[in-house]
Amino acid sequence: MIKAEWFYWLVGLSFLVMAAQMVTDRSNPKRFGTAAFWGLIGAGFIYSSWVATGQAPAEPLGAAVLVMAALAGFGFTGRGTPRTTTPEQRAASAARLGDRLFVPALTIPVVAMVCAVGVKHLSFGGEPVLQEGSETILGLGLGAIAALVIGMIMLREKRISVPVQSGRSMLEAMGWAMLLPQMLATLGTIFQVAGVGTQVGKLAMSVLPKDSLYVAVVVYCVGMFLFTTVMGNAFAAFPVMTAAVGWPVLIGHFHGNPAAVLALGMLAGFCGTLVTPMAANFNLVPAALLELKDRYGPIKAQLPTAGVLLGCNIALMSLFAF
Amino acid sequence: MIVLLGVLVVVLGFATRRNPLLVVAVAGIATGLLGGLSPGKVLAAFGTGFVGSRAVTIFAITLPVIGLLERYGLQEQARNVIARFAGLTTGRFLTLYLGLRQIGAAVGLTNVFGHAQTVRPLAVPMAEGAAERSYGGLPERTREKVRSFAASADNVGMFFGEDVFLAVGSILLITGFVNTTYGTHLEPLDLALWAIPTAVCAFVVHGWRLLRLDRHLERELLTANAATAEVEAAQ
Repeated sequence: MIKAEWFYWLVGLSFLVMAAQMVTDRSNPKRFGTAAFWGLIGAGFIYSSWVATGQAPAEPLGAAVLVMAALAGFGFTGRGTPRTTTPEQRAASAARLGDRLFVPALTIPVVAMVCAVGVKHLSFGGEPVLQEGSETILGLGLGAIAALVIGMIMLREKRISVPVQSGRSMLEAMGWAMLLPQMLATLGTIFQVAGVGTQVGKLAMSVLPKDSLYVAVVVYCVGMFLFTTVMGNAFAAFPVMTAAVGWPVLIGHFHGNPAAVLALGMLAGFCGTLVTPMAANFNLVPAALLELKDRYGPIKAQLPTAGVLLGCNIALMSLFAF
Repeated sequence: MIVLLGVLVVVLGFATRRNPLLVVAVAGIATGLLGGLSPGKVLAAFGTGFVGSRAVTIFAITLPVIGLLERYGLQEQARNVIARFAGLTTGRFLTLYLGLRQIGAAVGLTNVFGHAQTVRPLAVPMAEGAAERSYGGLPERTREKVRSFAASADNVGMFFGEDVFLAVGSILLITGFVNTTYGTHLEPLDLALWAIPTAVCAFVVHGWRLLRLDRHLERELLTANAATAEVEAAQ
């Protein structure tokens, strides 16, 4: 059986190799801090496997995560000058290779799709080929490896250091934003354990008029939106707002259809994800990947759509859930 | 009430534009300690949080091959391809991408598209190529706008497509949380059906805005190009 953990090791290993390259990259003024940051993430990915099975304590990893946050948060990380081809070389190469260049690029989605719908059902010797529940992640990983092999053969590129260097400069461009989603997931867990949800619930109940259905709908949807904006993740906001307003008021008191209330509430939260820098993997990482000067470019493009869709969700819930 | 200080820390950090990693770390530590967790438990929470959310970082595995292909002209070739389709404007292309992303996510293929593996190497060069074909070179500001909208098409498509699919994280989170907390029995299918009206709204609203991008590009680039032409004529 191909296990998801193997791919986490592979990701961890490639981060460690890239960290080793970062140490020797004199074009990066902050090469030691940068290397320490990515080296710690890489080591954390590998160490995580034993935390996941309960064979290793989580505390050292937690300490490492805080060190990473400090390294990036206090400006000890930077980026080097990427070594790449000139625009003229790339245009000439594109003219020479033509549409064959798309073959490796399309290998990734094709393999991911085949794994998600086909290989998912295959088993070998009574065991599924791909670890259950991780088929799409495994498909992405297998697709990336297949694409790399195909690409290197097709381009007659013999040095594995070439793709690793290219991947590294994209990682450096993303920087600390790569770690933020994982940090926010942690914050959500801590909020829940510490009872933030029940407190917000008490607060909401004390200000909410008891007899107005529409006000309650707006409070639930806008609450999901705002909490998601703060937390960067609708998954973290959902338990808080549902325990506070969604379940006791909308479903318990006004007898709403649970499926409609909860599904639309979650989608109201997604509108919040569109407008917050806290949702780093959707809003800041693409800005870095696409080399935008304005880090908030994607958020600005999404803001009007998010506003209209929040209104749509409120309207749909008011009209059809009760 | 005192545990709500953690929320306040995040909001204040936001408002004063501190580094979000630091803000989240401080908010987590403060909330954990105020909520009665021991320092060891707080550290363990950060550790297990990292372990549980590694999947969001796995797209990094595609970066080396994308980087390799870009060295050999993948983006340039994506531009060449779009130049063959005369009717495909930037807005129409991005609307098409939005629709494909939504359908892909709705059938569970959330990892098939994405910013690293699709938007940067393929969608952005194609969207820019379509605009360049009609208007020539793009000014920096316009280029940023096209790229931002390409990123937004991927995000909107994925967010408002994936909830239509039964096995996606958010649907399972809803059923898992509600069924265990309140002892009901909600089926993923019921929730997924309620995601369809919003998915349609999202396509209509964002698709309309993407199509409007063409009008905006036309206005912006015709005046910009006219200005350059005048400068050249004056010289």
